[in-house]
Amino acid sequence: MTALPIILISLVAAALLAAIRNYRLSANLNVLASLVSFLCAIGLLVSRPANNQYLLIDDLNIVFILLNTFVGFTTSVFSASYIAHELETGRLTPGYLRFYHAMFQLMLLGMNLALLANNIGLMWVAVELATLTTVVMVGIYRTHEAIEAAWKYFILGSVGIALALFGTILVYLAARPVVGASMDAMVWTSLLAHARGFDPALLNIAFVFLLLGYGTKVGLAPMHAWLPDAHAEGPTPISAVLSGLLLNVALYALLRFKLLLSANPGAIAPGPLMIGLGLLSLIFAGFMLYRRRDIKRMFAFSSIEHMGIIVFAFGMAGPLGNFAGLLQMTMHSLTKSAIFFSVGHVAQVKGTQRIADMGGLTETHPVLGWALVASVLAIAGLPPFGVFTSEFLVVSSSFARAPLLAVLVVFGLLVSFGALLWRITGVAFGEPRGPTGPVKASYLPIFAHLSLVLIAGIWLPGPLVTWFQHVAALLG
Amino acid sequence: MPHLDFDIAHMLAGMLVLASFMMLYQDRLYALLRVLALHAFVLACAVAWQARIQDAPGLYVTAVIALGFKAILAPWALHRIVVRLGIHREIETVVGIGVTMLAGMFLVALSLKVMLPVTAHAEPVAREDIALALSVVLIGLLVMVTRRNAVSQVVGFLSLENGVDLAAAGAQGMPLVVELSVAFSVLIAFIVTGIFLFRIRERFDTVDLQALDRFRGERG
Repeated sequence: MTALPIILISLVAAALLAAIRNYRLSANLNVLASLVSFLCAIGLLVSRPANNQYLLIDDLNIVFILLNTFVGFTTSVFSASYIAHELETGRLTPGYLRFYHAMFQLMLLGMNLALLANNIGLMWVAVELATLTTVVMVGIYRTHEAIEAAWKYFILGSVGIALALFGTILVYLAARPVVGASMDAMVWTSLLAHARGFDPALLNIAFVFLLLGYGTKVGLAPMHAWLPDAHAEGPTPISAVLSGLLLNVALYALLRFKLLLSANPGAIAPGPLMIGLGLLSLIFAGFMLYRRRDIKRMFAFSSIEHMGIIVFAFGMAGPLGNFAGLLQMTMHSLTKSAIFFSVGHVAQVKGTQRIADMGGLTETHPVLGWALVASVLAIAGLPPFGVFTSEFLVVSSSFARAPLLAVLVVFGLLVSFGALLWRITGVAFGEPRGPTGPVKASYLPIFAHLSLVLIAGIWLPGPLVTWFQHVAALLG
Repeated sequence: MPHLDFDIAHMLAGMLVLASFMMLYQDRLYALLRVLALHAFVLACAVAWQARIQDAPGLYVTAVIALGFKAILAPWALHRIVVRLGIHREIETVVGIGVTMLAGMFLVALSLKVMLPVTAHAEPVAREDIALALSVVLIGLLVMVTRRNAVSQVVGFLSLENGVDLAAAGAQGMPLVVELSVAFSVLIAFIVTGIFLFRIRERFDTVDLQALDRFRGERG
């Protein structure tokens, strides 16, 4: 068993999907390919292949890969029903759909490759691939707004990527005197083994560039400007993937480099930088939530807020901080993509994304409306959902070590809590507003995600806890 | 004569910084595109020289890409785009040229101050090259920030990317350099065709707040 099938499946599927004209067939094939990728990822749990110079499977990235392939699979199920509606309304033509499906698989390929890469150069190329494919997807409607969003994402993402490459080169320079001028100086496993002897000053500067570069892709304030537009103007399955997966991939890259710095006694502690950026994103996004009038844009800001919490938790580090960060990341991915699934159907029924034009959803579309309410309550951090557990862990673990910072986190959480609740009452309750036509929604992905989040909130399975604890210990 | 080798490498890297400065005071698009071609040409020379002194034949590929793709193809394509889309030939700057030049000098001083002490233990070639490459990257960012027009922002990005390429070539024996520069060229090709396909005439931001609100999709 090797990790290669996950990559190859997406590649083959992308080639096939680009050729198939029948959209029902290609939507099904897309689901099938994503399902097989997910099954392969589960297979990695059972038997773990040996690492080589290019691919790596360890306890850290397998969490990310499982989450990535699972949400990729559920999103492809949602996407199948979503695009059927887009075809009916003529927003997408069959030609574009072929392109869309091929890009969907290429995007999954880019993200999975970035997670699997054992090589900082390969990882960079994979993140670039994921960026380019998502840029194209964001602009696929070709409206003025979509093109502007894609362009903005493109330029900011490219600058981020260029800075990340500069940081990658600096890491190589730091490694070269110790590891030698060979491929090993770019391989994670050997970098980590030798990190103790690297020049700390060079490593510090490299990390600043990597934090700015990959941090742009994580959506940390003040480099977040691309994120709301890209989420709001692209097709909703892409918004779900951006929030649920792509941000995690960039975060994973940061965590890897953070590990290198922690292994070097002379380097700066990366924690305070991450704590600062995390808190800034959390509080800034919390206030920005109040002024949102577009529903997808609002949840995009909520993603910035949650990435802030996650980066904060990983910055606090320690077994408890890392555990909380991992759990928060998993819960956020599941919940946020469930929200985008329901929001996608809602926006299709209403024919708009303006919050002011939506109302009384629980009356007109009870299942969809209540699913949206439940997932928004979950993301706002109310019990019994899993996000509550992880946010509680973040806050309680930081209270023990830095009470002042914990107060700031609680403040940010409360600010965004208020905004989300205020907005969702308008959308879900009261007088029905906007069109109330029937909806052909695929509820399976929404409820699959929600029930996972609910189960995690009530009872975290023992093996999962041990596993996450183990990874948290690895992260230092 | 290794000393002469280093001197020529440093001179070429220094010329790249100078070419970056030339971008800062251009106020016509066509002139800016010519400076871009010059910039990429200097980069090609610098990379080819590194290939020679490091005895790394792979770097010649990077140099050829820089020459063919970045020095000839990209400026030519951008030139065609400016003509075809009827883009304003004057460059709108956010702040005056003098201030921008001062900021550029500050950035060069900053990158020398930051990088030289840090790379004290690295080989002399890598040392100055990385510091100068960082200057080119920062000036590229400065160009992107101070220009309002999409094409000149792209030019800024391309010069930034040239700086990263110089750093990669200067990092002796770095594996995957060729692969990385090919991947980067794909990105550039995307950007250049993106302007054309999306018909982006100007940068979207504007002082007209109403227009801004429309772009954000958040009216009323």
